[in-house]
Amino acid sequence: MINRHREDTIAAIITPLGVGAVSVIRVSGAGSFQATDSIFVGKGKIANSKSHTVHYGKIVDEKENKIDDVLVSLFRSPHSYTGEDCVEISTHGNPFIAKKILQLLLQKEVRQAEPGEFTKRAFLNNKIDLIQAEAVADVINSRTEASLLGARNQLDGLLSQKIEGLRSMLINASSFVELELDFAEENLVFIGYEELQQKIDRILTEINDLLSTYSFGRVIRDGVNVALVGKPNVGKSSLLNYILKESRAIVSHIPGTTRDVIREEVSIDGVLFRLYDTAGIRNSENEIEREGVTRSREAVKNADIVLFINDVEQGFSNEIYSELKNLTNSDRIILILNKIDKGLKNNLKEGIPISAKTGQGIDALFKALKQKVFINSNYTEKSAIIANFRHYQCLKKTKEYLLNAKESLKNKLSGEFVALDLRNAENSLSEIIGVVTSDDILNNIFTKFCIGK
Amino acid sequence: MTKFDIIVIGGGHAGIEASCAAANMGCSVGLLTMDRFAIGRMSCNPAIGGTAKGHLVREIDALGGMMGKIADRTGIQFRMLNKSKGPAVWSPRCQSDRKLYSEEAYRVVNSIRNIETVEASVVEILSENRKVVGVRTENDDEILCKALVLSSGTFLNGLMHTGLRSTKGGRFGEKPATGITESLLKLGFISGRLKTGTPPRLKKNSINLDILEIQPGDQYPQPFSFSTDRNSFPVLPQLSCYVTYTNKQVHEILAKGFAQSPMFTGLIKGVGPRYCPSIEDKIVRFADKEKHQLFLEPEGLDSDLIYVNGFSSSLPAEIQYEALHKIKGLEECEMVRPGYAVEYDFFPPHQVDLTLETKLIKGLYFAGQINGTSGYEEAAAQGLVAGINAAAKITGRKELVLRRSEAYIGVLIDDLVNKSTDEPYRMFTSRAEYRLLLRQDNADRRLMKYGYDYGLQQKENFEKVVANEKLISRSIELFDNMKLHSRDINSFLENKNLSSIDSTETISKLCKRPELNLKELISLDHNSDNPVIGELLKNDTAIEQVEIQLKYEGYLKRQQEMIERLERYEEEKIPLTLNYSKLKALSAEGREKLNKVKPRSIGQASRISGVTPSDISILLVYLKN
Repeated sequence: MINRHREDTIAAIITPLGVGAVSVIRVSGAGSFQATDSIFVGKGKIANSKSHTVHYGKIVDEKENKIDDVLVSLFRSPHSYTGEDCVEISTHGNPFIAKKILQLLLQKEVRQAEPGEFTKRAFLNNKIDLIQAEAVADVINSRTEASLLGARNQLDGLLSQKIEGLRSMLINASSFVELELDFAEENLVFIGYEELQQKIDRILTEINDLLSTYSFGRVIRDGVNVALVGKPNVGKSSLLNYILKESRAIVSHIPGTTRDVIREEVSIDGVLFRLYDTAGIRNSENEIEREGVTRSREAVKNADIVLFINDVEQGFSNEIYSELKNLTNSDRIILILNKIDKGLKNNLKEGIPISAKTGQGIDALFKALKQKVFINSNYTEKSAIIANFRHYQCLKKTKEYLLNAKESLKNKLSGEFVALDLRNAENSLSEIIGVVTSDDILNNIFTKFCIGK
Repeated sequence: MTKFDIIVIGGGHAGIEASCAAANMGCSVGLLTMDRFAIGRMSCNPAIGGTAKGHLVREIDALGGMMGKIADRTGIQFRMLNKSKGPAVWSPRCQSDRKLYSEEAYRVVNSIRNIETVEASVVEILSENRKVVGVRTENDDEILCKALVLSSGTFLNGLMHTGLRSTKGGRFGEKPATGITESLLKLGFISGRLKTGTPPRLKKNSINLDILEIQPGDQYPQPFSFSTDRNSFPVLPQLSCYVTYTNKQVHEILAKGFAQSPMFTGLIKGVGPRYCPSIEDKIVRFADKEKHQLFLEPEGLDSDLIYVNGFSSSLPAEIQYEALHKIKGLEECEMVRPGYAVEYDFFPPHQVDLTLETKLIKGLYFAGQINGTSGYEEAAAQGLVAGINAAAKITGRKELVLRRSEAYIGVLIDDLVNKSTDEPYRMFTSRAEYRLLLRQDNADRRLMKYGYDYGLQQKENFEKVVANEKLISRSIELFDNMKLHSRDINSFLENKNLSSIDSTETISKLCKRPELNLKELISLDHNSDNPVIGELLKNDTAIEQVEIQLKYEGYLKRQQEMIERLERYEEEKIPLTLNYSKLKALSAEGREKLNKVKPRSIGQASRISGVTPSDISILLVYLKN
């Protein structure tokens, strides 16, 4: 441990601020037991207790006034999240109570933790590696179950394993090239260009698969943007309200950030959806409306899914539909036919029939939404997914280099040019997990081939 | 009492370079050798260069070393290897006349006034307050110095094996050096044991060369050295090598001797090189291979010996003899000397700094096999760097540490110090991550400035390189803008069955087509009598550089980007006084390795084996605070 940190004790509320069942304050550092004892009244001193024990008692202020009944969990170094002496105080979920307790702590040789500082200390104390640290940030930021799944997945090293596998495929391909360059005088049968190309193609296929999980990975991490579009009075707002009611898990309500695009966040079966209720997207003469149109169009462009709502009374709007297809990929559009409680008229066949009034067909709509999210993802709990932008970029770089290598092969350039891009590809891949060495290639050569005069 | 500025122990390839460099930098040098006529003696194959090793020789020459010059004067076959591939992996190699090479080395060393050759066997390294002060010899004489380069090759407690019989010695017919290892251990150094081998020597006129595949030298041989006069090169008559193969029967005979193999019975404790395995090793490890290639190399113009490259062995002499007789062309061969293995002490090279000075004893430098390398060229490169740095230290000049992006020599030393080694280390082009830039053809452009700065390179040579540099950049600028018109080039392209161009195209762009060369393209331009072009056409060295740069521009650029990405941490210096034990956050192995190596920069730290990316992040965080 770096000494500087030993003297320094930090604390923060580690549960989201809001009304929940409990709030937790974490204290970490050499002074955490002492600081806790100075505001805690229980059966004994925290400082004298064993690691991994839980203590009931009360927190009192400087005038011995009780703030709240709490549970204190203690973890002794190095067996804690941060690797330091660590205390977690669970209080009732009133934000004022948690804040008050934190303030009391901050008066005792404890300072407010910076964002991510617990994880940084965990990392510095060798409790977690870089990829895990990134995953922890994702766990903390994940707001739904599916998202949590992705982050856990990564914590468990699925992604690391996958990358390691790709890397050894690359090293294998490189060693064939290097062999030909460094052992020019040996009468070895070298790998043919075609075979090498096949090896590279196989790696590229895997990388493409992994890259394709990113949109899904990002979605389960950050949420799915859904735009509700339709003529006035087709029932967009009623549908939105019904979904909010039905899902029962309103994550947040952001009222009228703009006058015309209303955003709500809901969780449906563990996937976070961000719903945008748009005004019109057709051009208007009215200046005020025009502003709304611009915003709505923006929302459609940014949406992962567009719910295009028609109703049985007004019929299918071809104008809006063609407008939509200009703004977004038609795969992203889900057609909805609302107000079926009023009876089906006009031979309308397009769209999922629903009634925002009675709730009829809403399950089918939810199913369609989820299907759009999980489509092409082949996602199971066992698959590695890319949810982190840095990882995504490294993989894209890797792919670029591999395409360069293929280009060199196609142009019949000699091995060292192919090798350059293979090595670059390996470096980019290794940046994800953090190992770079040319020794691996040579080791592979030595074990596989008979070389040396 | 005798006193020199610098003592060099050992007159092999490392010792020669160290002595000459230090002496030419103005220091008095005592070259201590057990036998003055063994200076420059080639212990193993009579050849210089080869893949990656040829690059090293070109770099040694650019820095002002001797190896290239001696090889040029004594070579009896010159070849550029890998010629079918791109210029980055072209590697010059020559067969040398073993006797003449050694004689020429002796002459070169003796022609430098500052060098005194002393025949002595050193038994102890003397130091005071962790600083080297001299040596004690077998006769109990003390010779004093300010700095010392130890380049003892395979002689430290050398032990030679043929079958189960072992003889003390560093080379056939020469006795070992004892005492030095022990005195270094007392000072706190750690030693290890390595093994290398050499094949049998055959009588030339007992071999039926006529039925064997012949391997001649290049039609237009290229010298190693910038200084060699192209007009009178090659100096010596040129000879050919021959190729033959082992077969199943040979393998069976060799297998009979495994019970008496010092390797397989565990008699040899040292670790041998995987890339230069003995024939018995090859048979065991690659059992499915039915034959192995052998090269029959002449030992010299007047020599009646043939060196059987690829047949290194320490099996009993009778077995070697019997097996050789089943090889095509060798049916009646006379074996003058059997192959043997030699074991020797080395000092795992994490104990030296990037200057090759030991971390424990100031003023003491290690170079060559003592650092765990194998090969004449690897040794010479280290000898040169050690000699320069020892002299620089005494004369108060800047030390020489070459970067990985600058030279194979930089790669070599950086690898040794950071990764240490537990088998004999040999250079490969694949060890150089910046291979496309570290070419044998541009060694002078990369490194001659250093040689010149230390006074090891002639002014006239350096000025030529500087002038070429100007010509190269002016030419590239010119060709980036100079356009060929379709009417001037299309018929030429069509004749070559190549796609024609629409209106105009720059020479730079056209030159990127693999089928076109720069000289042709220049000759197609009728309008220009540009003086730059006139000058360029008279200068083969410059035109080659321009062409490579134009042809492979995209790749060279990518390589440059790679340098920028990977070398950004080279500038993040770490204080040498940093106490890693204090950083408990480091992994246990990482901490131990960092303490051992004491890297100069984060970049260097990241290359130390056992240091993890997390360790590096922790160091970065620590240094930032």
